[in-house]
Amino acid sequence: MDFGFILGQTLSSLLMPETIAYAIAALGLAVHFGYGGLLNFGQAGFMAIGGYGYAISILSFGFPWWAGILVGMVASVIFALIMGLPALRLRADYLAIATIAVAEVVRLLFQSTIFDNYTNSADGLGNYHTSFREANPFPPGRYGFGPWQWSQDELWNRVFGLVVLALCVLLVWALMRSPWGRVVRGIREDEDAVRSLGKNVFAYKLQVLIVGGMLGTLGGVVMVLGSAVVPGNYLPSLTFYLWTILLLGGAATIFGPLAGSLIFWGLMSFLSVFLPALSTVGVLPFSPAQSGVLRYVFVGLALMLIVIYRPQGIFGSKKELTFNAR
Amino acid sequence: MHNHGKPLTRSPKLIRTLLTALIAGFALATFAASPAVADEVGTDEYNFIFSGNVTYQGNPLEDVLIIVEGGGYSAEVETGADGRWRVGVPTKDVYDITLVESTLPEGVIVSDEGSDRITLTDRGATIEAEFGLTGNKTVNFFLGQGERVTVPFIDQFIERLVNGLNFGLMLALASIGLSLIYGTTGISNFAHAEMVTFGAVITLTFGVHLAFPMWIAIPLAVVLSGLFGWFQDVGLWKPLRRRGLSIVQMMIVSIGLSLMLRYVYQFFYGGSTHQLPNPGSARIDGLGPIVISPTSLISMGVAIVVIVLVAYWLTYTRTGKATRAISDNASLAAATGIDVDRVVRIIWVLGSSLAGLSGILWAYFRPGIKWDMGWQILLLIFAAVVLGGLGTAYGALVGSIIVGLLVEISTLWIPSDIKYVSALTILIVVLLFRPQGILGRRERIG
Amino acid sequence: MPADSKPSVAPVKSTGLHVGKVAPGVAKVDPIIIADNVSRAFGGLKAVDVDHLEIPRGAITALIGPNGAGKTTLFNLLTGFDKPDTGTWSFDGSGLAGIPAFKVAKLGQVRTFQLTKSLGMLTVLENMKLGAKGQAGESFWKSLIPAFWRPQENEIEEKAISLLERFKLDAKRDDLAASLSGGQRKLLEMARALMSDPTLVMLDEPMAGVNPALTQSLLDHILGLKESGMTVLFVEHDMHMVRHIADWVVVMAEGRIVAEGSPEEVMNNVAVIDAYLGSHLDTDLGVVTGRIDLKEIQAADAAAKKKGSK
Repeated sequence: MDFGFILGQTLSSLLMPETIAYAIAALGLAVHFGYGGLLNFGQAGFMAIGGYGYAISILSFGFPWWAGILVGMVASVIFALIMGLPALRLRADYLAIATIAVAEVVRLLFQSTIFDNYTNSADGLGNYHTSFREANPFPPGRYGFGPWQWSQDELWNRVFGLVVLALCVLLVWALMRSPWGRVVRGIREDEDAVRSLGKNVFAYKLQVLIVGGMLGTLGGVVMVLGSAVVPGNYLPSLTFYLWTILLLGGAATIFGPLAGSLIFWGLMSFLSVFLPALSTVGVLPFSPAQSGVLRYVFVGLALMLIVIYRPQGIFGSKKELTFNAR
Repeated sequence: MHNHGKPLTRSPKLIRTLLTALIAGFALATFAASPAVADEVGTDEYNFIFSGNVTYQGNPLEDVLIIVEGGGYSAEVETGADGRWRVGVPTKDVYDITLVESTLPEGVIVSDEGSDRITLTDRGATIEAEFGLTGNKTVNFFLGQGERVTVPFIDQFIERLVNGLNFGLMLALASIGLSLIYGTTGISNFAHAEMVTFGAVITLTFGVHLAFPMWIAIPLAVVLSGLFGWFQDVGLWKPLRRRGLSIVQMMIVSIGLSLMLRYVYQFFYGGSTHQLPNPGSARIDGLGPIVISPTSLISMGVAIVVIVLVAYWLTYTRTGKATRAISDNASLAAATGIDVDRVVRIIWVLGSSLAGLSGILWAYFRPGIKWDMGWQILLLIFAAVVLGGLGTAYGALVGSIIVGLLVEISTLWIPSDIKYVSALTILIVVLLFRPQGILGRRERIG
Repeated sequence: MPADSKPSVAPVKSTGLHVGKVAPGVAKVDPIIIADNVSRAFGGLKAVDVDHLEIPRGAITALIGPNGAGKTTLFNLLTGFDKPDTGTWSFDGSGLAGIPAFKVAKLGQVRTFQLTKSLGMLTVLENMKLGAKGQAGESFWKSLIPAFWRPQENEIEEKAISLLERFKLDAKRDDLAASLSGGQRKLLEMARALMSDPTLVMLDEPMAGVNPALTQSLLDHILGLKESGMTVLFVEHDMHMVRHIADWVVVMAEGRIVAEGSPEEVMNNVAVIDAYLGSHLDTDLGVVTGRIDLKEIQAADAAAKKKGSK
């Protein structure tokens, strides 16, 4: 077994665009659930809006890359309003079902052949990279060392993603230390109490949905910057992976989602090479393909165990335990 | 050759012209260079590729819709300017390849002569195709001159109605279980989807892999599903209730469980679709416009009998009444001496058995058994349950029938690849205007 | 709870609050709340059916009645937390029908809850600060720039600390509200309500579930509200709790106002004694009240009927 290769794969995954994108989207979920108490199970929908908004703006309308991101953000606000106006009046479990349904509707519409001219239906979109790569400040060449070696385009994707992540962390931190954040956390604890203190709870919840959704959208953009937009990526499972990441790191923390994403992708990459390697050398009595499936079994198991035994996450304190029976 | 009961008048004198050309299997290379456009679907992702060329009297026909379905996968493709199309599929299964006749030019139809694997339906002509030794297969249709006969709208409607009813009854089995579990425990159980899949994969194991007769394999799968439910309650949910987990926590636990079970199924059964023996493609004649296979008829019969039995149980038996009392107010029910834990356990067993049975019927309806088959309909089950009012068993039945009919009948007007959208939209609209569901009481929501 | 809880100092009672003969729905000299024809039914049961009610300004009014009398439901209706089937009501001259709860609170009519709603995972001080009105930092855009809200935040903090001192919670200011005892949470909720300088404070069973040692201090605080110029309306189901501090008592039973008057008059009223000893004595389950009580009693009644019919 090539341990060097396994270690290299694992370390390299820590700086994948996916890792950064999931951290941003999970931070959005932290705003929704960890701070605001909103059970959003439709984050995949926001990510799809980001990916498609970006790609369609460039491919169909010839927008520059930054305008593509702006289109995604605007679409995300509209989507949050469409989702929020009906759903935010609902009780937690109804909200969960409503949001997952809305996200699925979005995915099915993107995947459908109806809008084939724009979405390319099930095949998804690609080849929209020119504009973004032209903005690359790094001259052509190889960069980095050890497991982290990239072309100038790969480096640019990652640097841009990290800058977006840093800005998002700053935004969430600034919001949550302010009186606005206090109202939002109050709503998480008991919305009737906050209402009785003269705050427009519905407006705050809508703002929370929009802010968290925008982070989801930005995550969606970062995820597709260097790759392609494929509708099959935006299944509800994506939302559940984000939840696993969120709960792993700690729902009501700023750095929890980042830590959760690093752990999630580190472990997933590690297992994706380690388990098949084990079965190749005959330690595990099943095929390499089967061992590849096993890691998803672990994801499910991990999600269950975290919620049962450490609901505040690895980095969260019991102080901000966020599961209220509501 | 008309292997279906529907009278189909075609122009008796077809001037048949064989106009299709074969595309060599290794034409792959020439196509790989061309950009991915609408005449190619899934050729990058998958290694198994169907291809064809649609021409009429030597001229290529553009924008003809071809649908490839099978193994739980479906894809649509339109022919390019050169009349060609290519579709990649995930598995080396038997696929139905349909040419949608309404997309052909006026006066051109598909001829059913020259192939015994072709079926003519109101949608178009369907060829059953499978791969030989290679991963490429060319499928061509013989086009001829003739008058296209459109099936009267009312006949199409009746066909969808019957299909929708069948689908709805199957959904009802699953959603009644989900609704009962929600009513008695408060859990929105996402892993219910995997209870549905469980019934199907166990039937596969016993009925196909171990070659038990189906009349043993199916009841056995239902019993084992019930046992799985019992095991879940004893091993997981009851301890969690004891720990005092909130309903949100329990819901996320069920999501974790769902994820885990789904991949456990994929671990054991792989990513492909398996078929149960005798899916029954034959159709019963003599029912006028109603097109129905014996399997569908049996499936609907079984579902109706089981639903009636459950309704009787809920209404007249002691435990059934206790179940409704707990759904109404658990602490009050406990105070009046009902053993809540016992009833909840019975509900888990019942709900899981129903879900398992529903999975078996779903395996025949799709048709095929796949690791994520239950997950595919989970949101429809939730839609049905919410539509009828969370926690009310009768509501779940009504909601399921509505969702089933809606999904099938809506395809008369909307493309079939977004047929679930209509049901999900209804779910969202109901949540908006009447979150208690059509049969629920307002006070339940508080 | 001792039945003879008294405030530490004998209060000065307000008198001459009403106009004309004392009767249910009697007019007040200076009403702060006027409600007309307010009704709310749950299923078949009419929880609240009030023809006319006026609450006197600047006084302490107690709303009493047995469990299931509709007190809390009336409270929820008056504060916008529930919508009535019929009726109009006004606060300080402005109509409140159809006004959402948060706007009612902004107008200066602030309530507390029977099952305390302290925000458990926020500190005591944060709970207090949340009560303050008109905070610039609570708007989304301004929250991002501390310069907009920092000075106001400091003022709010000072005010919060002085209120906490008054309620003897200042030592706990950095503790999570969840770590407080039941009585302390009641105090916190009351103090938090005062952060908004309300005109009318509505307290839903402030004494329920409170350690007897704290009852006296709670009563003192309620008197203190009146002294600082606020109107107080509070719900209580034990008549003996109210007589020492209430200036006016409104009695509800089965959703209707059955009696009104000074505590002494009311306690000798036949209708009141009937209300307490009559219909609902058998379902008086103790202190299980608040928003859930009505449904439970409804269900209990239904269950009792079911049992009876078997």
